[in-house]
Amino acid sequence: MNDTIHDRRTIDRIALVAALRAVLPADAVLDQPEQLRPYECDGLSAYRQLPLAVALPADTDQVAAVLAACREHGAPVVARGSGTSLSGGALPHPDGVVLSLAKLNRILAIDPINRTARVQPGVRNLAISEAARPFGLYYAPDPSSQIVCSIGGNVAENAGGVHCLKYGLTVHNILAVEMLTIDGERLELGGDAPDVPGYDLLALVIGSEGMLGVVTEITVKLLPLPSCARVLLGAFDSIPAAGDAVSRIIAAGITPGGLEMMDGPAIQAAEDFVQAGYPTSAAAILLCELDGTVEEVEAQIDEVRSLMQACGASEVRVAQDEKERAAFWSGRKNAFPAVGRISPDYYCMDGTIPRRHLARVLEGITALSEEYGLPVANVFHAGDGNLHPLILYDANRPGELERTEEFGGKILELCVEVGGTITGEHGVGVEKIDQMCVQFNAAEIDQFHAVKAALDPERLLNPGKAIPSSARCSELGGMHVHGGQLPFPDIERF
Amino acid sequence: MAADRTEELAAAVTKAAAAGNPLRPVGGDTKRDFGRAVDAEPLSLAGHDGIVEYEPTELVITARAGTPLAELEVALAERGQMLGFEPPHLGDDATLGGTVACGLSGPRRPYAGAARDYVLGVRMLNGRGEVLHFGGQVIKNVAGYDLSRLMVGAQGTLGVLLEVSVRVLPVPGHEVTLVQELDAVAALESVNRWAGQPLPISAACHDGERLRIRLSGTEAGVRAAVTQLGGAVDGDGAAWWQALRERALPFFAGDRPLWRLALAPASAQPDLPGTWLIDWGGAQRWLRSDAPTETVHAAARAAGGHATRLRPADVEGPFQPLPEAVFALHRRLKGALDPHGILNPGRLYAGL
Ligand SMILES: Cc1cc2nc3c(=O)[nH]c(=O)nc-3n(C[C@H](O)[C@H](O)[C@H](O)COP(=O)(O)OP(=O)(O)OC[C@H]3O[C@@H](n4cnc5c(N)ncnc54)[C@H](O)[C@@H]3O)c2cc1C
Repeated sequence: MNDTIHDRRTIDRIALVAALRAVLPADAVLDQPEQLRPYECDGLSAYRQLPLAVALPADTDQVAAVLAACREHGAPVVARGSGTSLSGGALPHPDGVVLSLAKLNRILAIDPINRTARVQPGVRNLAISEAARPFGLYYAPDPSSQIVCSIGGNVAENAGGVHCLKYGLTVHNILAVEMLTIDGERLELGGDAPDVPGYDLLALVIGSEGMLGVVTEITVKLLPLPSCARVLLGAFDSIPAAGDAVSRIIAAGITPGGLEMMDGPAIQAAEDFVQAGYPTSAAAILLCELDGTVEEVEAQIDEVRSLMQACGASEVRVAQDEKERAAFWSGRKNAFPAVGRISPDYYCMDGTIPRRHLARVLEGITALSEEYGLPVANVFHAGDGNLHPLILYDANRPGELERTEEFGGKILELCVEVGGTITGEHGVGVEKIDQMCVQFNAAEIDQFHAVKAALDPERLLNPGKAIPSSARCSELGGMHVHGGQLPFPDIERF
Repeated sequence: MAADRTEELAAAVTKAAAAGNPLRPVGGDTKRDFGRAVDAEPLSLAGHDGIVEYEPTELVITARAGTPLAELEVALAERGQMLGFEPPHLGDDATLGGTVACGLSGPRRPYAGAARDYVLGVRMLNGRGEVLHFGGQVIKNVAGYDLSRLMVGAQGTLGVLLEVSVRVLPVPGHEVTLVQELDAVAALESVNRWAGQPLPISAACHDGERLRIRLSGTEAGVRAAVTQLGGAVDGDGAAWWQALRERALPFFAGDRPLWRLALAPASAQPDLPGTWLIDWGGAQRWLRSDAPTETVHAAARAAGGHATRLRPADVEGPFQPLPEAVFALHRRLKGALDPHGILNPGRLYAGL
């Protein structure tokens, strides 16, 4: 873990806790080490840090009061939803307060006619779809963590999911938020009506990792539940053949509801764990879900089957009923825990690449895997180019975590080299802060800081995350790679 | 011929910043009236054009800001693709940069997304003349603040767009327009009920007398929906939607003030005098009315939306005033991107 991430402050802890107690009920302020322990990390558990205190407000006014107290005492504030971030976004600050939104967990209104839901930030992602279901509606973005992650955390991370290619990311499915700024303003951004005048502040706030404000209310768009969803499973002897099938499906004008790829090691791990019936001898499988009206789906199933066969699929299966469809998906949805079973620890990467470079990037990952002596299983949102290589390691072996992180960093740099990005959906947090210096140049980093200063000049909201200091980037030295242009393009890398 | 004028444009902005001389970035100048008059030297993006990268299977196209929108759409059509937000051109010379800067979307918007939903990345100049790149060419990308989407609709007040990457969609295999004789109230009720069902609707507009519904998708899917919804098939549907997109229907002709109200789609009709054309399944309502500006703004606000005055131009500009705290934040962001205040000053609002 890197100690240089926290931008330290001198805080009068006793006075700060007293100020929080003055505005919240006694049991809503935690400051004893054993009370703070559950908040020391998020889903990226390699990074741990106790905060000075945890505040658990129950409504927007209490959130505002906590922010005012923190501002008064110059204390950093780290908002926290369900703590499932995989990039250390919710990692506490050693001199700051964790502001938990968990008690703001009410669905305030569902408007079935306008197809919207107004919810508090602590509401779980899946709870929205469950509440909308009686109206034949649902909330489309479906991160694999949807049973636990909060909609506030989704907004802060611009979370994605399996259905992004067709239905978009969080940013495409949020109509409005209420946000508190650190200086106490309560802003309405976006609205029930489209295209509010002025700047698209809603887009700016979505994905800003809790660094521009604290979101206290969210209006989401609801979509009609598709009347039909069917899934095909194609097995391939090589990854390029599977990649080719993806391109051919898209070139045919088909936009699948979900299009996922798994490589050999991931197939094997998933099969051992949930017995999904996957062909374990395949080098890659593709899961292609088609959804829409019955007529539409029927027509497309035949087309996708032929395309997969034309690309050399050794086998194409179509799930015959809901039970089989669930089985096909269970392997993919349990891929992370499945890999967790075969290795003491695993580290999930999140780069995105233009799909045509898939074979090159996977070859690069294989070469790195050999170089570092660490195995990798690949799970891939194939439709949108978002890779999740899972590096298998053992944190109890001295130096192995550091080697894993270095390996992971190299994978992300490779993604940037081919014109992709260091994070498709998990966010930068503390984890990918150094790779930001690879993706962005000094002027761009400075521009981010200037935008941050327009909302939070004292840098109290989640300091040290997402945007590296310019000094940090210059220390790392001329690493910057832009739009696929390497500093020395003719030197062979892999 | 395609050319990259980045260096020259950057030099022009740097020089203007040093001198404190305001600039007015111009593409095809087709949307000059969609904003307040700006007293500044034009910075023409003409000739900074050309498609930089287009690989249809990636569903992304990248082009320089001065690329004519028409040229871009032809290139997409050749590969069976299109811009999903159906941007209005509003003139032959519309460019990609101006289209994105104005953030306008056409009839498909409520069902397929707005201009901002399709923008994946930009290369731009900030008000210091620095060349910056935000977002990228991939659909999923959450590195850094989303400054590329912030440019959409900012009308060149935060930066000069140099290059834009947009996501594209396949052209639907089959499209049919249905017409039903319905009054506005019944039409609003129907379209919002249907929008809650899994139907391949891609546009819905009531012209005062008739409701038109466009269905897009596979032939079988569209045929099933035609049977379910009923109504006559309009053989000239495609031309009609095109005319709506370009504000070329008879409704838009003449001198009477033209307003656009944006509302939650199922909202009741605001009580305002004049004639209406309801698009976007109810979320965009065009109004020809002599009602005073304050009256229209108040009615839109009371209905939970906002109003834009498209014609005739007046000094206040087309846009409804922003709440004070939101406007203050606009000014701080403007300062962050254009510290010398030289890019299109006052185009969106006085003092911005
Ligand atoms: C097993 C597993 C699978 C996952 N799968 C996916 C996936 O498929 N797709 C995907 O995108 N992600 C995935 N994730 C990552 C994670 O679930 C998402 O990033 C999620 O959006 C985080 O939500 P959270 O409520 O847990 O937020 P937290 O982890 O609590 O916080 C995340 C960030 O949001 C900020 N934040 C939280 N609430 C607010 C608020 N109200 N206002 C302002 N800032 C706030 C925090 O400060 C922090 O920076 C997965 C995680 C796990 C553990």
